[in-house]
Amino acid sequence: MADNNKILKEFTGSDYKYGFYTDIEMDQAPRGLSEDTIRFISAKKKEPEFMLAFRLEAFRHWKTLKEPQWAHVQFPPIDYQELIYYSAPRKKPKYESMNEVDPELLETFEKLGIPLSEQKQLAGVAVDAVMDSVSVGSTFKETLARQGIIFCSFSEAVHKHPELIKKYMGSVVPHTDNFFAALNSAVFSDGSFAFIPRGVRCPLELSTYFRINAANTGQFERTLIVAEEDSYVSYMEGCTAPIRDENQLHAAIVEIIAHKNAEVKYSTVQNWWPGDKSGKGGVYNFVTKRGVCEGDHSKISWTQVETGSAITWKYPSLVLKGDHTTGEFYSVAVTNNMQQADTGTKMIHLGKNSRSTIISKGISAGRSNNSYRGLVKTTRKAENARNFSQCDSLLLGDQCGAHTFPYVEVGNQSSIVEHEATTSKISEDQLFYCLQRGIDMEGAIGLIVNGYAKEVLSKLPMEFAVEAQKLLSVSLEGSVG
Amino acid sequence: MLRINNLKVSIVGKPIIKGLSLEVEEGEVHAIMGPNGSGKSTLAAVIAGRDKFDVDEGEVDYMGESIFDMSPELRAREGIFLGFQYPVEIPGVSISNFLRTAINEKRKHLGLDPLTGAEFLKLMEEKKRMVDIQSKLTNRSVNEGFSGGEKKKNEIFQMAMLEPRLAILDETDSGLDIDALKVVANGVNSLRSKNNATIVITHYQRLLDYIIPDFVHVLYDGRIIKSGGRGLALELEEKGYEWVKKETGEATGA
Ligand SMILES: Nc1ncnc2c1ncn2[C@@H]1O[C@H](COP(=O)(O)OP(=O)(O)OP(=O)(O)O)[C@@H](O)[C@H]1O
Ligand SMILES: [Mg+2]
Repeated sequence: MADNNKILKEFTGSDYKYGFYTDIEMDQAPRGLSEDTIRFISAKKKEPEFMLAFRLEAFRHWKTLKEPQWAHVQFPPIDYQELIYYSAPRKKPKYESMNEVDPELLETFEKLGIPLSEQKQLAGVAVDAVMDSVSVGSTFKETLARQGIIFCSFSEAVHKHPELIKKYMGSVVPHTDNFFAALNSAVFSDGSFAFIPRGVRCPLELSTYFRINAANTGQFERTLIVAEEDSYVSYMEGCTAPIRDENQLHAAIVEIIAHKNAEVKYSTVQNWWPGDKSGKGGVYNFVTKRGVCEGDHSKISWTQVETGSAITWKYPSLVLKGDHTTGEFYSVAVTNNMQQADTGTKMIHLGKNSRSTIISKGISAGRSNNSYRGLVKTTRKAENARNFSQCDSLLLGDQCGAHTFPYVEVGNQSSIVEHEATTSKISEDQLFYCLQRGIDMEGAIGLIVNGYAKEVLSKLPMEFAVEAQKLLSVSLEGSVG
Repeated sequence: MLRINNLKVSIVGKPIIKGLSLEVEEGEVHAIMGPNGSGKSTLAAVIAGRDKFDVDEGEVDYMGESIFDMSPELRAREGIFLGFQYPVEIPGVSISNFLRTAINEKRKHLGLDPLTGAEFLKLMEEKKRMVDIQSKLTNRSVNEGFSGGEKKKNEIFQMAMLEPRLAILDETDSGLDIDALKVVANGVNSLRSKNNATIVITHYQRLLDYIIPDFVHVLYDGRIIKSGGRGLALELEEKGYEWVKKETGEATGA
């Protein structure tokens, strides 16, 4: 075992592959947070009055709140007055064609392997890339527009579709939901908006790449997805971030609304900078993601692969409001070195015959801590509600931690809630079996880990799955020769 | 091909192999028999490069080079294959994915291009027929939920795919029904050539009716106490290990 430990320890030697920093002139808000900051942001974005009112209300509420303390994570106190709450590329944020986009920015995307270019378009993916805060490029809009699909930056939606924004923004995650949701609602800079009209099956995977770029800048994205009756959409979000010395706060909100018979698949591959081996630096990812299956027979699924961030605090949740609704949560969370992840989901069953499935796969290495926290709740009206939860933990080495916190509240006699949990280690026998077939240690761990996570990876859109597989191996790879 | 000279191996201070010598040349099939706990699997594991054992003394050369200078994966890529007595399960990793990775690692080491998907599938179909393995099996995760016999057949299938120079089969016949036994033997025999060698570890002379060995060795308490031809296996089955022990004990005593 001693030798195995040594090898596994070396796996903590993996350096962040995408560590570089782009120097693009920034247009920043003054440091700190006050009503003036919020007015600055709103003015900068030339927002209509209702947006400013929304932000100010959230801010006033936020001031009455304290950071949540219940998660199984530790970090030094964040000085919210030290952060910068708005920054945008100085060049005008919208371009007619790719030629107008800052070449340095394109280079950055290139380095990240983000094909915002022709290849991606040919692959059938419309990319709405978010650089820091303002959307700088959007493709395939016309194709989508022909079917009445709206896919644009949040700011654009605020101007072009204020009635939809007014109707849905904050309807799933109100600013009163939690500390970080209130903060986001007050200062959010930009994000994405997708609207699939009645009866339309979105022909493309909608995809957004996020990226943190400015030093000391909080990143506050906001995503809103509305699927009208009988519609379908698959939405992908992926991100990487450059190496930074100071911790970066990321507090996004994602809201999804699925009307009658609609289906929304939301997939994330998340690879924020996790900090160095000693745990210095790295992104704090405090995200509120929630969907509501509003109409009968609607379905929403979250699939996430989390490999990054110094700290992850994230519980993509679903409110199963309609009858016969389906909620799914598939998650792989990898932690290495000093990373801390407290992630999971909430399934709130309100409708009759509502069903939910939770598959969570935690992988811990180094001295990291990986917690699953999940709530399954069935209310009095949710007759015949069913949930199945499977929470597995895989440990690499003996200095890491895996924890499971399942909460169950059953409010209806007819509901069935099942929970299974396992903890396993990669055994020496498994590793040796691979070595004996000529596969080296890194390859062996990559294979075993990907096999372990297969059930979740198979839920990802094809090309995303390939990226995710690589990412899993890369996150755990080291200097093993 | 393989030269073992006065090998001594221990685990956590407990001696297991106590001065063992063995030479295996190209084209040969050696059978190793011996009572439970005598060190057969340990010998196989040490040749394959399992690091939990301590090599205290002796040399093992493979193709003229000291095997202890080679990592386990390098030994594998250089053609050493171990058919495990207890094959492990690797959940979620399909046999085809596993084998494709293994084969391409080996090919990379040999300076060859990786097999394309189509080439790989073709090879797999060919070898599947050879070891009479069910098609479904290769889509399943490595050994997961396999019956005892299926696990052993899977080892032979992997051997057929990897075409080793030196194959060590550790009780591959245990737990096989008579048809499967023939399949395993058939697999070994069809791979048999003047360029490669096989060491079969077994408790049953029955296997040796199908895989005809050139040599039979008796491993007893960490030493090879008797070697002979095919007839030795028959004699062993009839008279048991105590007989050899007594005989060799007398021999050393004389
Ligand atoms: N990890 C270990 N710790 C202590 N003793 C061990 C360990 N591994 C093997 N041994 C011992 O080494 C001896 C040889 O074991 P080995 O597996 O090589 O026997 P074998 O000849 O293959 O037996 P069998 O016919 O039962 O397969 C046994 O006494 C066994 O208990
Ligand atoms: Mg044995």
